[in-house]
Order: sequence, then structure tokens, then C-alpha cells
Amino acid sequence: MAVSKGKVIGVNGNMVTVAVEDVVSMNEVAYIEVGSQRLKAEVIRIKSDNAELQVFEMTEGIGIGDSVDFTEEMLSVELGPGLLGQVFDGLQNPLPKLAEECGFFLERGVYLGALPTDKKWSFTPAVKVGDSVEKADTIGTVPEGIFEHRIMVPFNCYDRYTVKEVVSAGDYTIKDIVAKLEDSKGNIVDVTMSFTWPVKRPISEYVERLRPVKPMVTKLRLVDTFFPVALGGTYCIPGPFGAGKTVLQQVTSRNADVDIVIVAACGERAGEVVETLKEFPELIDPKTGKSLMERTMIICNTSSMPVAAREASVYTAVTLAEYYRQMGLNVLLLADSTSRWAQAMREMSGRLEEIPGEEAFPAYLESTIASFYERAGRVRLKDGTEGSVTIGGTVSPAGGNFEEPVTQATLKVVGAFHGLSRERSDARKYPAIHPLDSWSKYTGILDETRTEIARSIILRGNEVEQMMKVVGEEGTSTNDYITYLKGDFVDSVYLQQNSFDPVDNSVSPERQDHTFNIMFDIITAQLELDTKENARTWFYQLRQKYIDYNGSDWQSESFKKLETEILAMIAEKKTGVDESLLAMQVEE
Amino acid sequence: MRKVYSKIESIAGNVITVKADGIKYGELAEVTTSFGKSLADVIRLDGDTVSLQVYSGGRGVSTGDEVRFLGHPMQVSFSDNLLGRIFTGSGAPRDNGPELTENMIEIGGPSVNPAKRIIPRNMIRTGLPMIDVFNTLVESQKLPIFSVSGEPYNELLARIAMQAEVDMIILGGMGLKYDDYLFFKDTLEEGGALSRTIFFVHTAADPIVESLLVPDISLAVAEKFALKGKKVLVLLTDMTNFSDAMKEIAITQEQVPSNRGYPGDLYSQLASRYEKAVDFEGAGSITILGVTTMPGDDVTHPVPDNTGYITEGQYYLKNGRIEPFGSLSRLKQQVNGETREDHRALMDGMIKLYAAYLESMEKKSMGFRMSDWDTKLLKYGVIFEKEMMDLTVNIPLEGALDKGWEILSECFTPEETGLKTDLLNKFWPSK
Ligand SMILES: Nc1ncnc2c1ncn2[C@@H]1O[C@H](COP(=O)(O)OP(=O)(O)OP(=O)(O)O)[C@@H](O)[C@H]1O
Ligand SMILES: [Mg+2]
Repeated sequence: MAVSKGKVIGVNGNMVTVAVEDVVSMNEVAYIEVGSQRLKAEVIRIKSDNAELQVFEMTEGIGIGDSVDFTEEMLSVELGPGLLGQVFDGLQNPLPKLAEECGFFLERGVYLGALPTDKKWSFTPAVKVGDSVEKADTIGTVPEGIFEHRIMVPFNCYDRYTVKEVVSAGDYTIKDIVAKLEDSKGNIVDVTMSFTWPVKRPISEYVERLRPVKPMVTKLRLVDTFFPVALGGTYCIPGPFGAGKTVLQQVTSRNADVDIVIVAACGERAGEVVETLKEFPELIDPKTGKSLMERTMIICNTSSMPVAAREASVYTAVTLAEYYRQMGLNVLLLADSTSRWAQAMREMSGRLEEIPGEEAFPAYLESTIASFYERAGRVRLKDGTEGSVTIGGTVSPAGGNFEEPVTQATLKVVGAFHGLSRERSDARKYPAIHPLDSWSKYTGILDETRTEIARSIILRGNEVEQMMKVVGEEGTSTNDYITYLKGDFVDSVYLQQNSFDPVDNSVSPERQDHTFNIMFDIITAQLELDTKENARTWFYQLRQKYIDYNGSDWQSESFKKLETEILAMIAEKKTGVDESLLAMQVEE
Repeated sequence: MRKVYSKIESIAGNVITVKADGIKYGELAEVTTSFGKSLADVIRLDGDTVSLQVYSGGRGVSTGDEVRFLGHPMQVSFSDNLLGRIFTGSGAPRDNGPELTENMIEIGGPSVNPAKRIIPRNMIRTGLPMIDVFNTLVESQKLPIFSVSGEPYNELLARIAMQAEVDMIILGGMGLKYDDYLFFKDTLEEGGALSRTIFFVHTAADPIVESLLVPDISLAVAEKFALKGKKVLVLLTDMTNFSDAMKEIAITQEQVPSNRGYPGDLYSQLASRYEKAVDFEGAGSITILGVTTMPGDDVTHPVPDNTGYITEGQYYLKNGRIEPFGSLSRLKQQVNGETREDHRALMDGMIKLYAAYLESMEKKSMGFRMSDWDTKLLKYGVIFEKEMMDLTVNIPLEGALDKGWEILSECFTPEETGLKTDLLNKFWPSK
């Protein structure tokens, strides 16, 4: 192997220019030797004999003439059993292990293997000698927590192979050879339980991509009922600071009805990762009865960690997601915040002195965002099973204004938009997803004509409220006032959901359907309420009951009791259905 | 023996270049000019051309001045001798005391491994009801005071510093007015807190590059003390001046600005400082209170905006008061469940009623009729502002909670407060 070497000839921030003696390739990984440390870097531009490298570490102490070793490999991650439950940095360094080794601080130049090498996995072969296999075919399986982890022919084996040897069922480490394959030229390839894959190259070992048509249940009413997300779909959550993006992703990472969740904390606060890190091992996943950590991976490159590794972290995360998708699993990737990733690109682009686009973001911002979200999808695998990667990214627009490059580029490619509003979060109306501005192209769990009617009532109620600010309550008709109360009712008992309430924090689709119908009956009813005072009192009472109802366990005694009381209250005042409301639609 | 270079090739803004070998990125140098010595650090290497940023600025530097490389990056002395002392942004004494050279440590070190962090758990008491009751400050929190210029933000900082139950205070001043610097000094001296305080002060009259060093030098020292078990409170005022210094320097270096002239890495630059706030398991902690003045009272201005995305909430100072609505301590729920059983409920209840008061005020100003309920709220609002919001109020948390119940009982019947029955039974003042 002719691995190139080079010498540092320039340093500018985290960009280092290297004079190269031999062949280098774009995105190749190199190590810069600084004293006893070796700093990881990636080639991001090549200009005649010079390569420009972005360094994944702080560059202090690098000097002219320092030697550089190229590796011939692109920035890659290690794939194999043992990834679940781990906490990695953006380059797949296991952070707890790093802490054991280095203590409180992230010492630079320390890179550890991502997977435990001493752990034994109970391997069951799925092929026999003489079988013909190709990349991504399953050679055997090992149980990893609650999943059957498929040990596959590495995705970079581009030939057809004949199985020459395969080990018998038993316990092996990821370094043990579990099979020997012979390629068409008679070369033998040793297969272990792990291999590497470059993060910037999508894994596309599937037969076909399928349309994302099944809802991905989040147990948030506002999302599942009004702005659904699909398995294999994409969505974004833009919002000003403090509007609730992170809390929204945290509850989704707990409650989403998927097999695996990958949390990519990209350029945000370290403290927020700690919450997940400390809480998840204690939380029991009701679906599996196991700790939530067993289905979770955290990729964390927080805001004070080196910027180049932040850029890499979202790719690391999505590659791990694609890998588990290859096992027929539904994987959800939550990235917080994609704006920080875009800013990392902007910083690099600035150092490369590229011609800047809007707000100094590089011209390729849009296409880069688009190709990242393209890595989501629902697919049919070669063995006929289906798997999916769903991507949800938060966006942190400057000044909370959605008219900025990252939000706009993201809105072009995603399937659902959950826009958080400052107004709603200031009023402590959580989740602060704006019920009128947000949208989804996916099919939800409830009948869309009915949810649209509910939305139009919110809109009408909102209009009356605005009008009332000008003319006062006295100048508003009782009928209009009731419409206002109806809109307010939907907001208080259905849109708002208390993330910190033990019951209300996650609502099953069954329950959403049930309580939506009762609410729908109320808001579309013709009500016998003659004065505003009476209307207000009635609605406030009903609201109080409904909130208590939302807080009581599904089908429990108190649930049933409150439901009976609510139905009785409706029966007392309902005189018919307000046809004019049923005919309404939200103007898009 | 380090080599001395006496040919400066170019001078532009605060940046000079020399031809030199064997220099490391980030290395420190000493530039000797006719005005005296200044430190400078290497900000770019290109072949044998070394670019240095001169801390005292480029003004007055001549091409014949001497540059001596020191072979190490920026450092500061660390020992108990720092206590009670006052330094510049580059660590030189500004109090006539001796220069400190023992036990030099580097500034701007690596960040804490997230896996080593712990969930914050201790309240920091300040005696201000708007903080203690409504937006509790938590040990290891990073929190800015968003303020319109002209508000008494430095007075507020000084008060918190005086009252906070911490082991020591580090004050980092950037672009501080000389009067404000003296104000801090006098206040801490009078309060007997000077001996547990260290100042790193850049005043508006000092060279701009030095203001960039203030957060790093303050936080490097804070980190060492924290590792030794000290609870350190770091006050940074004013981070908008720090950001403006960054902007000015970026523009003179012809970097492409991203937003209103600020460099594209403003977020990362601010974050790498604020993220130094930490609670070390088994040792001490760093809590950061910053000041971010908002040009034109505009929260969407790049500095407060980027800050808000980094910090764990903010105190919004307006009209001489900490506004209950713009303010938020994102960590308060970690601690306010264990203070007193009525804390959370009272906090929510009183704020809801205050919001209702503001609505009644609005209705009143538009000439709508005031109901009985409105009248009650109007009375409540006035008392609340006077007894709780006023910055001169100074009572411990428990006293403030008791006061809260008193105010409620003065204005409302128990049912009207919307508070839970069991709390009302226990805490409602009997007359
Ligand atoms: N669903 C919710 N229920 C109750 N409180 C919430 C909810 N969402 C957000 N909050 C409150 O708002 C605060 C900020 O929320 P969060 O951290 O999610 O904001 P963010 O949008 O991620 O902000 P940033 O962009 O600064 O990271 C939380 O600390 C919490 O106090
Ligand atoms: Mg967030």
C-alpha cells in the first residue's frame, strides 16, 4: 500500500495546508503529528500538490513542517453489534470510555474503538458452506438487547462470493472470523462481525424505496392528529430559542413508536445530553419492558467541541441509522440542531475563502441539506423485509425568523413542518407548534376532513379573539363569542399537552381518536348558551373536566366517570350540529 | 534561548507578520515597541510567514520593532495569590501589586467530556424574589442578563455577587466604563467580598484585542479553582462588547461577515465560553452570569439571539426590574421542587395572576369597563410590582414565599387564586 505522507505548510484556524508527496484523495482521513499527539483531519480540498485539511481538534501547537500521515480511507464509522446504548462523539469515540481514560476533559488526539472488543456475542449462522452470497446478505445473527442483530457481508464487498467456511453457533467477539468467503477470482475474504463504512456515502443495500405511508406515532396529539410524521419520512422543527425544540425531541425520543432512536446532539448544550444520558437507563420502555437506553444511541458533539467534528456528527448518526435499517428495523434519527451543522459548513467555507451565498452560507448549502434528508426513507430489503429511517431535525433560525437560508432550504425537502412560535411558548402553550402555520404532507391517524374542520374552528376563534381586542367583549355577538370559546377549547384540551404529566405526556392513537371525537362533537355543536357569561362558565367548567380527563389513566375509573360527566354536560346544551362549521376549510 | 526577530513585514490593523521558523500555531510572542511591551499570539501560519495578533493593537508598532517568541501559548498564573487582585485582559496587574509568574496555566483549554457532567442540583440563593422564587438560579448554570443599555445591570450583578452563596467570584469586565469598574471594586470592598474576588478587567480605554482574552482568562482560572473544590461564580460584563470586539477584528481581517457584520462563528465563539459552566462531580463548580446589552432593545440582534441559543435561559432587565415574562431559568425545575412544597404552585399562580393584571391594564387603557375582578387584579399588580419585582427588595426565599401568600390574601379570596386546596389550607394567612 502506498500511503501518502506530507508536511504542514500552513495553519489557519482549524484548517491546515499540507504539501503532499504522493496521491491523496478527497475526504481522505489523515493524522497530523504534533509532539506525541496525532490529530485526526479530513481532506476537504486539493490544489495541485497541496491538500487542505479540516482538523477535528483544536489546532494550537501545530507548526510548519509537522508530518502528516494519510490513511487512504474516508471518514468512516465502525458497524457491528454493541452500538446500541452507547454515547459517541461526532467521530464515534465512546465518551464514557474516553472519560475513564482521560478524566473530566476531552483530551485531543485520543481515539478509541467504537465497539467493545472483549464482549462475546452469541452467534447463530444463517448460511452454510457452499452458499452463494453478496454484500449485505445475512451470514448469521447475534442477539443485541431486544434485537436480532444481523451479521452481514460487508457493504464494500462488491463481488459474488461462495461461503467456504462458517463457524458453528457459539460465542465470539467482533474480532473473531465468523466466515470465509471466496470471490469470483478465488481470493478469500475473512468476515468478522464488524466492518467500517464511510459516513458521507449512503448505504443503499435495498431492492426499492417505498413511499412513506405509515404514520410514525409520536403520542403527541398535535403531531399525530394534525401534523403527522411518517415512518421513513422527514420533518423539521424550526423555532426561536427557548420555544421548546429540544423538549419536543426529548419526548419524541422517549415515546416514538419505532425500534431504534438515534439522538444527534449537534452543536447544542452538553447539559441537555446529560439529561437523556442519566434518565434513559432508568426509564422503562413500555413496549419492551427494557430500559429505554437499550434502543437508543447518542451522538453528541456539543457546542464547545471542535466544529469540524460537528459537521461530521450528523453523517455519523445517519450512517448508524441506515445500518440498523438494514436489519429490517424502523429507526428514528433526531438531530438538534441542523443549523449548527450548517454553521459548521459556513465556518469551513469561510476558511476556504469560497464565494459566500446568503448570510455567508456556502452556495452548496441547499443541496447538502437536501442530500442529508434524502438518506431517510422506507425501503424493501433483499430478503423482503422492510426497514426505515425517519429524520427529524430542529432548525435554529437567526432571530427566530424563518426567512433564512437553513429554514428555507429545509422546508423545500421535508415532508412535515412543525413551526414553533414565540407567541405560544411565551404563553407557555406547549408544545408550541403553531397550529395554523405548520403543515404535513403525510397521512395521519385520524380522518383528515375532520381534523381540518377542527383547525378551521381554531382559525375562526382566533379571528374573533383579535376582533375582540379592538371592539371589546361588549361589541362581540354571543355567537362569535362561542366560536372564540370553541377555538380556545381545542387549544387548551387538545393542542396543548403537558410533557411533564405522567399520563398526558404520551397519548396512544386509540385514545387520541376517542378524545378527538368527543371534542369534535362539542366544537361542531349548536349550543344552547344564551349569554356570554353563561357560555364562558360552561366552557370553563368543561375545560377543567377535560383537562382532568386528559390526566387520568386510559379507561380507569376516574376516566370513565369524567367522560360520563362530560357527555352529560354536552347533552344538556347541545341542540344540533352547526352545519356552517362543518362546511369550513382552512385557507392555505 | 528563543530567537528575536527584528523585521516586521507588514502591519494591518492589529495584525503584524514576520518571517520565522519553528513557530507553532497559537504561540505567544512579545513585541517590544517604543511604547513598551505587548503580548501577541500567532493566528496564522503560511510557510515561513507568521501572522500575529498584537494585544495592545497595531497602533505605534514600527517595522523595526522586536518580536520575541515565547515558545508557549497564552498563560496565566494560578494560585491563591490571585485573590483580591486586579488584572488586565492579558493578565498584567492593574492594581500596583506584584506581577505573578508562579504556576502558569494555559487558557482556552479543552471542554468537559459530556459523559462526566452531572445533572445540576443546587440552588444559588440571591435574595431577589424575582430570581429565587420565579426563576431560580442553579449552581453550574450559564445565564445572561439581557438588558437595554442604561439599565442598572452592573448594580444587579454586583448585588447578586455580594449575596450569592459561593466561595469566590471572578469578574471579567469587557469594555467596562472606568466608573463601573470602580463601582464594582468599591461595592465588593465595602461588602467585604474583595478578598474572595479576582478581577480581569478590560476598560473601554484599553486595546480591543485584550477584551477578547477576558472570558478565557477568567474561565481558565475559574476552572482550576473549581477543580480544587471551589464554588466559583463568574460574572462577565458585557458580552456584547466582547462580540463587538470580535466583529471589529474579523472585519479588519477581511473575513466575510454573516449577520450584521458579525463573523459566522459568533455562535461557536460564545458557546465555547459559556459551556465552561459546569459542576464537577466530587469537586467544585462554575456558574456564569453574563450581561448582554441589547442594542435598540432588540432581542433578535445577533448577540442576544446567539446567546439565547446557548445559555440556559435569561434574566430580562427592563425598566429597572427583572421582567417575569421574558425571563426564564431553564434549570429551575431541577431545584424548585425541593425548596418548599408551595414554591412551584405559588410561582405559577402568582405569575398567572400578574399576566391577568396586565390584560386588565390593557383593557383599562382602551377605556373598557372594569369588572370587580379587574379591580382586584389592578390592586394585586401594583402590590406585586412593589413587593416582589422591585430590585431593592431583599429577602430570603422562604420570606418571599410567605410574602407571596400575604399579597394574595390581601387581594383575593382563596378560591380566586386557582391554587390547590391542600396548599390553601396550609398556607393561607389567617386573619
Ligand atoms: N412541552 C413543554 N412543556 C413544558 N415546558 C416546556 C416544554 N417545552 C419547553 N418548555 C420550557 O421551555 C424551556 C426551553 O425549551 P427547549 O430547551 O426545548 O427550547 P429550544 O427550542 O430547544 O431552545 P434552544 O434553541 O435555545 O435550544 C424548557 O427548559 C422548559 O422550561
Ligand atoms: Mg434546544
